[in-house]
Amino acid sequence: MTITADFGRTYGYDDLPGLMGLMTGDEKHGPAATSTLDVLWVLYDRVLRVTPERRDDPARDRFLLSKGHGPMAYYAVLAAKGFVPVDWLPGFGSYDSPLGHHPDRVLVPGAEIASGSLGHGLPIAVGSALGLRAQGMDDPAVWVLIGDAELDEGSNHEAIAFAGPAGLERLHTVVVDNSSASHARPGGIAARFEAAGWSAVTVDGRDHEALYAAFTAPHPGRPHVVVARVEPKTA
Amino acid sequence: METMRDRFAPVLSRMLDEDPRVAVVLAEIGKDGFREAMARHPDRVINVGIREQLLVGAAAGLALTGLRPVVHTFASFLVERPFEQVKLDLGHQDAGAVLVSAAASFDWPAGGYTHMSPGDVALIDTLDGWTVHVPGHPDEAESLLCRAVGAHDDKVYVRLSVQSNQRARVVDGRRFVTVREGRSGVVVAVGPLLDTVLAATEGLDVTVLYATTVRPFDTAGLRRATEAAGTDVVLVEPYLAGTSTAAAAEALSDVPHRVLGLGVGRRELRRYGTVEEHVAAHGLDAHSLRERIASFVGSAARVAAGV
Repeated sequence: MTITADFGRTYGYDDLPGLMGLMTGDEKHGPAATSTLDVLWVLYDRVLRVTPERRDDPARDRFLLSKGHGPMAYYAVLAAKGFVPVDWLPGFGSYDSPLGHHPDRVLVPGAEIASGSLGHGLPIAVGSALGLRAQGMDDPAVWVLIGDAELDEGSNHEAIAFAGPAGLERLHTVVVDNSSASHARPGGIAARFEAAGWSAVTVDGRDHEALYAAFTAPHPGRPHVVVARVEPKTA
Repeated sequence: METMRDRFAPVLSRMLDEDPRVAVVLAEIGKDGFREAMARHPDRVINVGIREQLLVGAAAGLALTGLRPVVHTFASFLVERPFEQVKLDLGHQDAGAVLVSAAASFDWPAGGYTHMSPGDVALIDTLDGWTVHVPGHPDEAESLLCRAVGAHDDKVYVRLSVQSNQRARVVDGRRFVTVREGRSGVVVAVGPLLDTVLAATEGLDVTVLYATTVRPFDTAGLRRATEAAGTDVVLVEPYLAGTSTAAAAEALSDVPHRVLGLGVGRRELRRYGTVEEHVAAHGLDAHSLRERIASFVGSAARVAAGV
């Protein structure tokens, strides 16, 4: 499925490399950017209930990009879905551009959080899930994307350990695992979440059907994590 | 004697009942006072456990969904430990919260340096857009807490201490209060140090301003006071000495002036003991303050006052 954006032009998955190609200057974060591409596309194309028109709707789904380095795939998907104009992309990282090498929610339409410093998104997502629950909004889903190395940050472990026992059913985490952590987590990433009471699924992060099935798997009473494995960063 | 912190849970419990936007976020510390409120509002009184990074990050998430989070723990764990969360999750996200600390600079000296935070206001002062309240009495704490929670989505830090003045003053959450007027210098007494400053300056011909809101700094109030009392300014603060020196200097940048910043010393004492012993060790007792203030404002103040 594609949607209409920018004067009737429609963009699909096949357009994303071209959109990413409009952004230059952050090549060192290329692997980080492309590792998230399929996860982002499947979420925005098929899972998240948010559109440019609904970006201030209190009942929208939230997507928090915590892994804020290498945001080219994120910007490409936001552009493809009409949140930001495609003609913003070539200015990527320049003084007058709203699109930095780390995103700023105040500048980027549709960005729920500013990120770049690792380990902030999941705690904020926990608070967002708590805040929606406290206001009786049990339907909106909160999604946060983190990287496998980002998972090293202790703040994430505070959030993981809290969210399971707190039963934050509307909280969802995607860990894009490109084997970039220097010290791999003993027992695997999913086990860390499962031990804290989360529902966990590990899938091929390039397989759109597998990702969709994992994203939409029921997880009553528990937060849900999808570990999306992609080729190693160094490959 | 009732402390400022004794007011915190009752005041916030009432606000939780009255305002559906208010949420209280705790990290174990202070939870006993919220037992009843937690039963009434289980979704808006949140104890994240001993997790201070999550404490501040979760508060930001609550704010992003439209709630007004009030976050409480000891200053060391609220400002210093999760400082990057304060900077980014609140400041950079453009999200508001009320941070309410306890333990102050040395409220529990027997607890040692791990529970002291004389640098909290200086740290907050490196950030943009924060209001900082330093009440000097439980009644003022109650009033300033209400103002802080009611301040839309502002970022507000409220610093509660066991140190207190004998009586409360009327404070408006913005301006310094003129307590005494003189002609040979201005002494700004912050929060719980007012009584001591009044005792220290007895018989000196100086203006005494009382500050319970130090950020934004009441530039106009200080300037007005210097018109009659001259531009010798002494700041007496219950946290790190010199924390507001830059703000005072900026207020007087276009006129010749001198500023003396008194407060808690930077050097770690490695002492336990009592609050009074720490007050004395940092030269914040009335006798020490008098010596330092009088020698700074000079003989003019004493001669003019006939002492």
